[in-house]
Formats: sequence, structure tokens, C-alpha cells
Amino acid sequence: MKEYRTISKIAGPLVFVEKTEPVAYQELVNIVLYDGTIKRGQVLDTSDDLVVVQIFETTTGIGKDSGVRFTGETIKMPVGKDMLGRILSGGGKPIDGGPEIVPEKRLDITGAAINPYARGMPADFIQTGISTIDGTNTLVRGQKLPIFSAAGLPHNNVALQIARQAKVPGSTETFAVVFAAMGITKEEANYFMQDFERTGALERAVVFLNLADDPAVERIITPRLALTTAEYLAFELGMHVLVILTDMTNYCEALRQIGAAREEVPGRRGYPGYMYTDHACIYERAGMIKGKKGSVTQIPILTMPGDDITHPIPDLTGYITEGQIVVNRDLHRKGIYPPINVLPSLSRLMNLGIGKGKTREDHKKVSDQMYAGYAEGNDLRGLVAIVGKDALSERDRLLLEFADLFESRFVRQGYDEDRSIEDTLTIGWDILSTLPVEQLTRIDRDLINKYHPKIKTSAKKE
Amino acid sequence: MEVKAKNAKEQKQGVLKRIAGPVVTAVNLDAHMYDVVKVGKEELMGEVIKIQGDSVIIQVYEDTSGIRPGEPVSNTGLSLAVELGPGLLTSIYDGIQRPLEVLVKKMGNFIERGVTAPGLSHEKKWTFKPLVKAGDKVEPGAILGEVQETNIVHRVMLPPNVKSGVVKTIKSGDFTIDEIICVLDDGREYPMLQRWPVRVPRPVREKKNPTIPLITGQRILDGLFPIAKGGTAAIPGPFGSGKTVTQQQLAKWSDAEIVVYIGCGERGNEMTEVLTEFPHLEDPKSGKPLMERTVLIANTSNMPVAAREASVYTGITIAEYFRDMGYDVSLMADSTSRWAEAMREISSRLEEMPGEEGYPAYLAARLSEFYERAGLVETLNGASGSVSVIGAVSPPGGDFSEPVTQNTLRIVKVFWALDAKLSQRRHFPAINWLNSYSLYLEALQDYYDKEVSPEWNKLRSWAMEVLQKEAELQEIVQLVGSDALPESEQVTIEVARMIREIFLQQNAYDAVDTFCDMKKQYDMMKAIKTFADLAYAAQLAGVSPAQIIGVKAKNELPQIKFIKDYKPELAKIEKQMDAEFNTLRSAA
Repeated sequence: MKEYRTISKIAGPLVFVEKTEPVAYQELVNIVLYDGTIKRGQVLDTSDDLVVVQIFETTTGIGKDSGVRFTGETIKMPVGKDMLGRILSGGGKPIDGGPEIVPEKRLDITGAAINPYARGMPADFIQTGISTIDGTNTLVRGQKLPIFSAAGLPHNNVALQIARQAKVPGSTETFAVVFAAMGITKEEANYFMQDFERTGALERAVVFLNLADDPAVERIITPRLALTTAEYLAFELGMHVLVILTDMTNYCEALRQIGAAREEVPGRRGYPGYMYTDHACIYERAGMIKGKKGSVTQIPILTMPGDDITHPIPDLTGYITEGQIVVNRDLHRKGIYPPINVLPSLSRLMNLGIGKGKTREDHKKVSDQMYAGYAEGNDLRGLVAIVGKDALSERDRLLLEFADLFESRFVRQGYDEDRSIEDTLTIGWDILSTLPVEQLTRIDRDLINKYHPKIKTSAKKE
Repeated sequence: MEVKAKNAKEQKQGVLKRIAGPVVTAVNLDAHMYDVVKVGKEELMGEVIKIQGDSVIIQVYEDTSGIRPGEPVSNTGLSLAVELGPGLLTSIYDGIQRPLEVLVKKMGNFIERGVTAPGLSHEKKWTFKPLVKAGDKVEPGAILGEVQETNIVHRVMLPPNVKSGVVKTIKSGDFTIDEIICVLDDGREYPMLQRWPVRVPRPVREKKNPTIPLITGQRILDGLFPIAKGGTAAIPGPFGSGKTVTQQQLAKWSDAEIVVYIGCGERGNEMTEVLTEFPHLEDPKSGKPLMERTVLIANTSNMPVAAREASVYTGITIAEYFRDMGYDVSLMADSTSRWAEAMREISSRLEEMPGEEGYPAYLAARLSEFYERAGLVETLNGASGSVSVIGAVSPPGGDFSEPVTQNTLRIVKVFWALDAKLSQRRHFPAINWLNSYSLYLEALQDYYDKEVSPEWNKLRSWAMEVLQKEAELQEIVQLVGSDALPESEQVTIEVARMIREIFLQQNAYDAVDTFCDMKKQYDMMKAIKTFADLAYAAQLAGVSPAQIIGVKAKNELPQIKFIKDYKPELAKIEKQMDAEFNTLRSAA
């Protein structure tokens, strides 16, 4: 392989190489340092006279005397069945002291888009055991449902609880977990690892760790490696895979860093203008394929800077993903776990996964009724602060109490509490029954007669 | 054919010089703006977007990884064009009219590159029935004959940009789209297939002002903010506010004869939902599967960004083609923001001077050019056809002051403002009744007078007044509580709640409520107005607001939405309402 010593400029994570033979766009590059160390990079811009290479590690030690080798191929990920149970670096190298992965295949990490015509329709209800997800923002197989959180909130616990408890009722298959950490601290990573070990989840997990002190640019490829692995497990080996990506905010910072180094015209808040497309190429790698057994379900976690849901990172994410689970500081302060605020939360695929034959016929309407009641009760809290509880009408007073009940009974649950969907709906009906029946306008008569705890029992007595 | 190579001579091959993402540079290439070129050894499809000295800058519709400088580039000399003819309906295309179903067969479940596939099947035979005979004079755009495509009759036309002539021979029978079906006396031969460059609007005889509403079966749209056939509307809203559900409802239930649905840079799973659901849905009028009148274009967010830019043009050209046959076409673009972002991405790779928020300075021009292709027209063959365009807009952070929303609002006539607050309380469709507007109200008044009821326009204004009044009253309630309001205004608040919960809220997932015809809309609004009249009268007679709110009959009213034959039930409720108010009044 030819080695060039024609580096003309090094700026941030970018290395500019002159006078090369034709080099392919996105080609994998090895840079050889004076002491023989090899650093890896990727071609971002190629022309006759200048090639721009983005280095995945720090550029420390790279100089004009370093050698540049173009490998002639784009970045590939070696994948194999024995990957389950392994811990890899953010760049895909084993770091658990075990042997190298025996590759059964080498796959391009960019991943092609699934042809929309070939996609299978996600419709299998995943029971996470968390009422605010199962009951009101249902997750289905093949969905991408991010957790929008912020610094200091227990999003990791929520993610772990989902990973631990997720199952499809009536099916014995368990989920394989692909976990990709991007720029999180060692402490946080340990927390995840310990939980995986405690629950035995590690055996069916593949872990990619790019920690806070690992090179930022490496984060660009970490989710791609993880998703390539997930696609292999799902579509070649037929497994149901749950992918947890944390923290996407760190990924975006890395993207911005490269954009700035390339002197690109920045979009909003300095993030590159192509961030939407870039994110889409990650998030859209969730789904099912007609005629294939497996599925890829994604739970990306991101921390909203300044708790701001309109910040470009949560904003662009929300436009791509099929909903979002919003972790809320006020609920956390009240000591409620999981502090999921259902009002801004949403699952777009919920309707595909619930209803008769999947969960229960009354699921959708109970959920809508609780939303309506909680939203109105929540608004009234502001009013009570001004006029006092006594000035409220009877209707409003009940709604206010409903909002409190909703938080204390429906939202609040234990870290290890695994509620079945039946339990969740029963709690829903219990708290709805504190409202007058005629106020339950979202639910039809038949369902009220069948499930309303007060009416149901009185009907039986007769 | 209408799309001619600009240079009939053998085109010189160019050489790739630079590759950076979807934008590449070639040298030594004879090219004109927007020529389609084949890039690299794999012959990826691209389009010329800038010419600078010796360099030709090309946007590539496929992933460019692995392409090297020095690889060849050849010019087809053609503009980006779509194939028009029988076989369009029920098809699912990507942004450059490659049929996705064929692509699955050719390259498997994932979209690989360098594979081409024609937009229409060139093998399939269609039964052509001529409508002209030898010796007839035919003008450009004239209807030569027809093909029963699905339950829709496909009218085969003379291309719009050719000279008129006299029919020498016209055939009848089964033909592929390439076989000649008509010969004119000057020797010109025409098959059923036409090609049309997507960036050029198809000509019409005259553009007219719309006067008929596009009935969508959605109460808040038909009832309060209607769009006309041939009109334009925008649906802006933050994520999760229900843009896509609204667009899909329109695609399903609007009373257009042809629907073109463009999924531009949106979610793959959502397109799958459309693909799975549409073939099972029935047109409420004809009872035929809705898919038979639909053309879908799916360029999801992770498919190449240049093809996303083209997808909107591909869609509107197909819509115009059906309009030229004399059909009412409605086109949904979800979402135009993704289209604008594709322009931004390409523009920034070209290192153009950016306008507002990094969007190119020509953003406003491109948006208005696109929406101006909508309209009610007299076609070249004298028929009346229309294209209604409904564009979703995804403003960052839900902030309507951003450039795409603002530039869109300057052009479109109907604005359906989605509101995250409403969707959070599961008020669907989450269209804000105070911010939305329709500029077609006056033009459509006559239609409503004649087709619905002479009272309708008055009822509509009454409902808007109540809602507006409620908004003002709510401000006071927020400060002092509802008990402090005068009694008549407490009634107003209750009536407004009924309009919101009964009329405006509509369940897209309920088999009956998903579509509500104008007659039922009128009956529902009328019932609410009846309640309001009785309530105000009772209040004047001394009945307390609490008693009025306690009237049981009104609690039954929401159930009307879910009943197909609602009339007997409605009559019963109205009777009970009367009786209850009578009792209240006599007790007061």
C-alpha cells in the first residue's frame, strides 16, 4: 500500500493531504506516526489535488512527517454471532480483554436506507412495565422512541428499567440489547454495566463504550457501529434488538466540532445544516422488514441543554423519531419516579400496537381520557395559586384532585416494579372513577359499562 | 417527444474532479443547467446545478461513498423528467420516480445504488379505446382516447407542447405504452407514454378562481376553514402536533378524484403505515379501494437528500398530468420544510451566500413557484381540472416566525395552525381555531348556501364568534375563576366547550367519526346552536348556570359522532333537551 507524506495542514480533527492518486469519498485512512502508532480516519472531501481526512482519535502526534495510507475501502464493521456478551470501544475494538471478534461478515457502517416498500409494519406491543409508557405512550417493536431528559434527571434508570423489563406479552423471545455510550462518564458507564451484570442482561448484550475522555470524533462512528451490529443481529440472525444510544447530545457536539473545523456555514446554534439528514441516517435504522423475523427498536437518550425542548437537538430528533418520552424536572423534585411528564410525551405508533387482541379494547380511550383530565387539572393548578381552592367549581375541584391522583398513583412506581398492561389499565380506571361518569366524554358507553369499577360492580349486584 | 436532448451529437465524456457528499464537480463536460448526468463507473444519477468556467457542479441522487476523482461523467442531454401514462395509479415511487416495488425486486430490502428502473412498466399491455377518428383535427393536449386504468379512466392525450395536426390513423386494442397508437398526417407518431421535465409547469389554457370547496370530511376544516378545489393550504406545527395524521386524513377522505401523496424527508415507518393501510380503505363515495386513485412518493429522511429536493417536483408534475385529463387532484406534501432543508444543504455545499437562517436566498422564489402550480384551470382540451396543494411545514421549535413558514404563508390562502398545547390534551385535530384562517370563505359562500343550507354561513360565523368570545373570557377566568363571570357568560363558556368537544374534536381512528359529511356537520352545529338558544332563554328566565350545565341531554350529544345513522338519536336528544329546559323554566 502506498504511503504519502504530503500532509499540508492539520486543523482540529482534520488532516489535509496533497497530491494523491484518486482517493474515494468516505474511504478509510490509516495515519502512521513517527513511532509506528496508527490512527484511523475517513475521507470527507476528495479532489485531484487535496484530500480532507477526518481523524477519529486525537490528532496528537500527527505531523507533516506522518505517513498516510488510503485503504481503498469504506469503513466496515466485522460482525459475528459471538458478539453477544462483548464490550467494545467506541471504535469497535474489544476492550473486555477477550479475543478479537471472529467476523462472519464485514458490513458497511453507513447502512443503506430500508426501502419503504420492504418495511414491515410495526405492530407488536412491547410491555415495558412502566405505566406512563405502556398506558399512555406505548412502545412497539421497530419503533424509535427517544427519552428527552436533562442534566440531573434519572433518565438512565428509566432506560435500564425498559431494557430489563421489556417483553412482548405472550412471546417467550427476549430482547438482545445493543448499548452504545457516547461521551458519558466512566461512572455512568459503570452504572449501566453493573446493572447489566446484576440482571444477567450482559449475556445478550453488545456494549460499545466511548467515554467522556475518549476522542470526541470517534462518537461519530459509535452509533453507526452499534446499529450495523443491531441490523446484523436482527435481519440476519432474526433477533429482536433493543438499541440504547446515550447520549445523543454528545454526538451532536462532536458533529458541530467537525463542522466548525471544516469551516462550514453553520445552521442553528452553530450545528451543521445537514444535522437533520445525519440524524435521520441514524434514527431511521430502526424498523422491521417484511418476511424477516427480527426487529430493531431504538431508545436514544438525549439531554436537553437548559431543559429546552426547542433546542435544535431535541427539536430535530422529535421530527424524525416516532414520538418522545419526556423526563421532567418538576416531577422529579416532587420525588416521583419515573418522572415522566406525559403531556409533551407521545408515541406515534401507539395506535398500531394497542386495542383489541393486542392490549385491550379500552386502552386508547382510557389513555385519551386520562390525558384530557390531567391536562385540564394541571392547568387548574395555576388558577388555584391565584384564587384559592374554594373558588373552584365542583367539576374543577375534582379535576384538580384527578391530576394529583394521576401523578401519585399512575405515574409513580418503583424502580423494580413491573406492571402488566392489565395493572396499568386498572389503575387508570380507578383514578378515572373519581370523576363523574358524564365527564368521561372520550369513552363510549359500552366500555364504561364494562370496565368502570363503580358501574361494573353495581351492574353485577343487580 | 417533448423532452429532447439538447445536443443530438454524441456527448463528450467528462471527468470527476472533486467529491464532497452529494455534490460533486466534473470537468470537460458539455452541459446545460439541470441536465441529467451519469456519475462515475456505477452511473449514479445526478443533475447539473451550477456551471463555473470549466467545472460543472452536479447534485447526485444517490450515495457517493467510494466514488473517486478521475471516474467518468456522461451527460444524457435530458432534463430530469417523469414518465406519464397508464400505470401511474397505485404506484409507489422514490423522489426521482423509481418504483420502490421494482427496486425491492432488483436490489433487495435496502436501497442500494446505481440501479435504474423506469417509472412505468413498458411491458404491460393496456386496452386503448380511441375517442378521435381519422380526419379529426387535434390540438395540443387533445384527448386521443382512454384506458381503464383502475376504477379511474386514464385519458390519453396529445402532448401539450406539439403542433396541432390531423389524425391519419388511430388504433384500438391492447398496447404497451411505447407502441404507436396515433399517427398524424404529417407523419408524427405518438405512443401513450409522455415524458415531461419536472421543473417546468405543464401549460393550461386559463387559470380560474376556485369556487367549490374540497370536502375533506374533517369538521374543523370543512366547517370553519375550508380549502377550495384548486386552492393552496399550509399546515405548520411543531413535532407531535398531528401534521402527518391530518395530511393522511386528507389523502384518505378528501373528495378529489386523484390523490398524490409526497412523503418528503419523513419517517419510513409512517410511509409503511400508508402503504399498508390505503389498499384496505374504501372511498366513502365509490366504495372502491382508495389506493386506486392514489400515487405515492416516498423519499424518507435517510434517502439521498438531492432526490428529496426533486421529489416535490416529481409529485406536482404527476398531479398536473391528471389535472390535464380534467380531474380534480389533491396533492399533499409532507413536509415542505424537509424540502427546504434539502435546498439548504445543497446550497451550503455549493458555498452559496446564505439568506435567512442559512436557507438559500431563492427559498421564497422556489416555494412560490411550487404553490403557483396549484389552481383550478381550463385545460388545453377545454376540460376543467384542478390541483389543490396542501403543504405541511415543520417549523423548528414550533416557531412560526422562521423563514419556511413565513414564506409559505405569504403565498397560500388557507392556514391551518397546529398547536402543541391542544395535542397535549389530546384535542385532535389539534388545529388552533383562533390562529387559523381561510381566504376562500367568500368565494365558497354560494356553494354552501346551495349545497348545505342557507343557514350554514350564519351558523359558522356564530360558532367563530362564540369561540372568540370564549378566548376573551378565559383570560378573565384565569384571574378570578369562572364563578365571578356574569351568568350569561358562564353559559357562553359552556357553549364554547360544546363546540370544541363536540364539533371540533374528531377521532381519526374511529370508523364512523373519521369522516363526517357536510350534512352531518350542519346537523351537529345546528344542535349545539339549539342548545345555546334554549340555554340563553332559560338563563333570562332565571335558571342558574349550574342547572343549565347540568342538563343531561347535552351529555348525550358527543355520542352522535360515533353513530352512522345518527338522525333518530339526534332527534331524541333534541326532544329531551326541550323537555328538560321546559321543566327548568317552569321551576324557575
